Amino acid sequence: MSFVVTLAAARGAGTVGGKAASLGELTRAGVAVPPGFAVTVDGFTAAMDALDPGGALRAEVSRLDAADLAGIAAAGARLRALVGGAGPPAEVAAAVIAAYAALGGGSGGSGGSADGADVAVRSSATVEDSAGASFAGLQDTYLGIRGAPAVLEHVARCWASLFNDESLTYRRRLGMDEAGVAMAVVVQTMVAPRAAGVLFTRSPVTGDRSVVAIEGTWGLGSALVSGDVTPDSWVISKITGEITTRRVSPKIKTHRYVPNGFGFSPSHAAVSLPGDGVVIAETPAELRDAPCLTDDEIRALAATARRVEAHYGRPQDIEWAVLDGESAPDGRIVLLQSRPETVWAARETGPAGAPRARAADHVLALFGKQTRWT
Amino acid sequence: MTEQTGFPLPSQIADVPGAENWRSMYQYFTRFQPDDDKRFWFYNSMHFPEPMPAFDTVTAEVPYQAIGANTARLFVFPTTLGIEHRIVNGRVYITANPVLDPAEIERRGAEFGPRAGYYFENWDALYEGWKDRLRALITEIESITVPELPEWEAADVVFGAVGVAQNHYLQENFHRVIALYSKMWHHHTEMLMLGYGAYVVFFQFCQQAFPEISDQTVGRMVAGIDVIMYRPDDELKSLANLAVELGVDDLFTQGCVAAEVLSALEGRGEAGARWLDAFGAARDPWFHVSSGDGFYHHHLSWNDDLTVPFAALPGYVAAVRAGGITPRPTQQLIADRERIANGYRDLLPSDDEKAAFDQMLGLCRLVFPFVEDHKFYCEHWFTTRFFQKVKAFGALLAAQGVIAETGDVFHLHHTEIDQALADVSLAWAAGTPPLGAGHFQPIIAERKAMIEVLKDWSPPPALGPVPEALNDPAVRMLWGITQERVASWLNPDPDEVVGVAASSGVVEGIARVLHDVSEMSELREGEILVVPVTAPSWAPVFAKIKAAVSDIGGSMSHAAIVAREYGMPAVVGTGDATKRIRTGDKIRVDGDRGRVRVLS
Repeated sequence: MSFVVTLAAARGAGTVGGKAASLGELTRAGVAVPPGFAVTVDGFTAAMDALDPGGALRAEVSRLDAADLAGIAAAGARLRALVGGAGPPAEVAAAVIAAYAALGGGSGGSGGSADGADVAVRSSATVEDSAGASFAGLQDTYLGIRGAPAVLEHVARCWASLFNDESLTYRRRLGMDEAGVAMAVVVQTMVAPRAAGVLFTRSPVTGDRSVVAIEGTWGLGSALVSGDVTPDSWVISKITGEITTRRVSPKIKTHRYVPNGFGFSPSHAAVSLPGDGVVIAETPAELRDAPCLTDDEIRALAATARRVEAHYGRPQDIEWAVLDGESAPDGRIVLLQSRPETVWAARETGPAGAPRARAADHVLALFGKQTRWT
Repeated sequence: MTEQTGFPLPSQIADVPGAENWRSMYQYFTRFQPDDDKRFWFYNSMHFPEPMPAFDTVTAEVPYQAIGANTARLFVFPTTLGIEHRIVNGRVYITANPVLDPAEIERRGAEFGPRAGYYFENWDALYEGWKDRLRALITEIESITVPELPEWEAADVVFGAVGVAQNHYLQENFHRVIALYSKMWHHHTEMLMLGYGAYVVFFQFCQQAFPEISDQTVGRMVAGIDVIMYRPDDELKSLANLAVELGVDDLFTQGCVAAEVLSALEGRGEAGARWLDAFGAARDPWFHVSSGDGFYHHHLSWNDDLTVPFAALPGYVAAVRAGGITPRPTQQLIADRERIANGYRDLLPSDDEKAAFDQMLGLCRLVFPFVEDHKFYCEHWFTTRFFQKVKAFGALLAAQGVIAETGDVFHLHHTEIDQALADVSLAWAAGTPPLGAGHFQPIIAERKAMIEVLKDWSPPPALGPVPEALNDPAVRMLWGITQERVASWLNPDPDEVVGVAASSGVVEGIARVLHDVSEMSELREGEILVVPVTAPSWAPVFAKIKAAVSDIGGSMSHAAIVAREYGMPAVVGTGDATKRIRTGDKIRVDGDRGRVRVLS
């Protein structure tokens, strides 16, 4: 039984949650993601076994009616206080502390409680709960956490978030047994990207699978997701590498992660949304109308995206970041998430054409019907 | 800015002051009729970006009777008759004449299938025969002479019982020049409309499967690598190599004058003679390339004006001395073409679509050699010969005093030249001077003045009511007319020139507007070339520039293909870039979107 696995070893949404499994798969596909580890479902189970032996509390919740909002709220508050307040049991805590120390960073190993890497602590819901978590998950990411005690505290908060009112109500409506519900957690090194955003490995506008569509802005991608800026956008051909659309927008605001002193407080925002440690500022004038990516970076992003798409065998919707630095673009690209593109995947478009008896029949057919304007 | 919602009607176009008499230059059947107000016409700026001198209207009259005959009568295209053209204020407007009645379409389709199918099934063999027929036409037009009118006929006309005097051949030979031009155009369209059909089908398929694919990318999958178009430039490179090899390269200096270099070579013994032999061999036919696309008499060939090849040679000679000229990376180009085609093919979701893709691409590659190379035979080789012959008749009319100078002949319509030749013929027979001087010279003077005035007129891009849909793939392919294009005509951005995205990339730089390839020496390294049209004779220019913009051309035009090979941005078919951009302007060429912006 392992309570913690590195992201490279994170496999199976049932074991490490969807987010960690996806980051693990990206890592194994050779794509750079910010280094980190997952606190497994086993870690969560060990904690719950300690806090709610025999699962009596959870069984009680399972019996609540979906319409009993007051009852749900009361039970949720009790569970959250229990889970969030106690922190992980000793053997889980030891594993987390060791894995966190392995991420390095901090003030040079003085061993103080605020020593270590700045990390993001993100909930990673299991498959059973993923639909509900896709909503709840937005609220369960904590940025800029530093020091082992703070990391442990926020791991527990992520666990606790499994019992927020929305998630509980959702599960009650589906009649799910609370005994089967679990939550893994991702602990990942913070990145302070120079630019970040989202990309699709097919056109979100036309569904064209031969292009990669990229949107990005300065600093954290949260500015884009929250709608604080109109992002720059590009469309690049997968086949020719030509950048066929470029739209540079005035990026009025920038979301920036500022290390030091912003950790510890609970955040109610994902990496994608501004929270503590994130400063929203006016974009410096000289950057506002400047493209946030160079052509080389655009090409490198597209190449990375194609690799991920090939790995999964279907179009992807990817969160990316480009770090500062002097190295070649592909050395500075990290992906924060990749999931299947769903909009066009759900649309059935007919075939573009079918073979005919003779090649020339295509031309005969073209001129055989009225397409001319009048 | 108020939004403009429609184009002027043909009947609303006012005469340009100072050129009110423009109608006298053109045939009655080119004038707008009252009913024409009901139809949508667009300005064919692609082929006719300048006001038409009277003679040059033959390049509309003849092609349109050939194209229409081909589609309407010869192959019986189900949905289209011919293209109609009109001239107003010296500019050519056209509209396509569709077949709308479903029963009629079906009736025509029954004829079209077997006729067009025959050509596709036998394409390569028919193209071989086509080349023979074109070479025969070229040989024939080259053999036509302008009769010299002797005081007395040569004795063997009598003793050989020929019985026909030279003045007869004035008109007969001129008629043959025009007739051969018409025949050339019939052959020009013979395979071209079907060839374009193959392109259109493939373009449509690619756009359906990959909505964001650019025309230029489809073009790259189709393009042939080993095409005649590169040959004139390759010949120049060989001549540069030879000059260095023979040790006569010192004569090829920047600014050298062709006539001086050629006479100096005659004094260089064996080496000079060998170079001149090679030069002579290269000139016929490879220097029969037009500086334009053969639609105006002033589109001269390299043979007409050696300035262009001799402006390019010093650069090539310098390159040879500096270590040799890099040959076109044909293997690389072929590999790229296959990589792109396979890349798109692999993205197609079903085997059926892959099979359809293979059929259509295969058909495009089958027709490509014809579609690309016909230009050399028709627009370049034949047409530059054609204009030389007309010019020779002009020299005769000038010598006879009918017109003031040779070039004035191009201000007469071909039917008027025929009249003038009848005059000369009668006068020679009667022993009197021709009467044409008093008749034609004031007309020509007025026309020359009118053409100058008309150059400043900005023709509306279209006339008449905007049709509900512009979905004709052929119109799109040939003329780049799309719904968006029409919208941009209605509400133009004053600082933006819109054209066809021909070669990708975005660059900024200083514009150099050249109207003729003979001005090539003005071009500075790293400038952006802005020209009416480019042709193989412009090829040497591309080594110096960083982007190209043209008034004329589509995604498969010369400028587009060469720019893609050089990997430089190009926007073609803008219609009026040479008017709206001035030399020295800072411009941004966006070869991805087909836009050129004047920055300062």
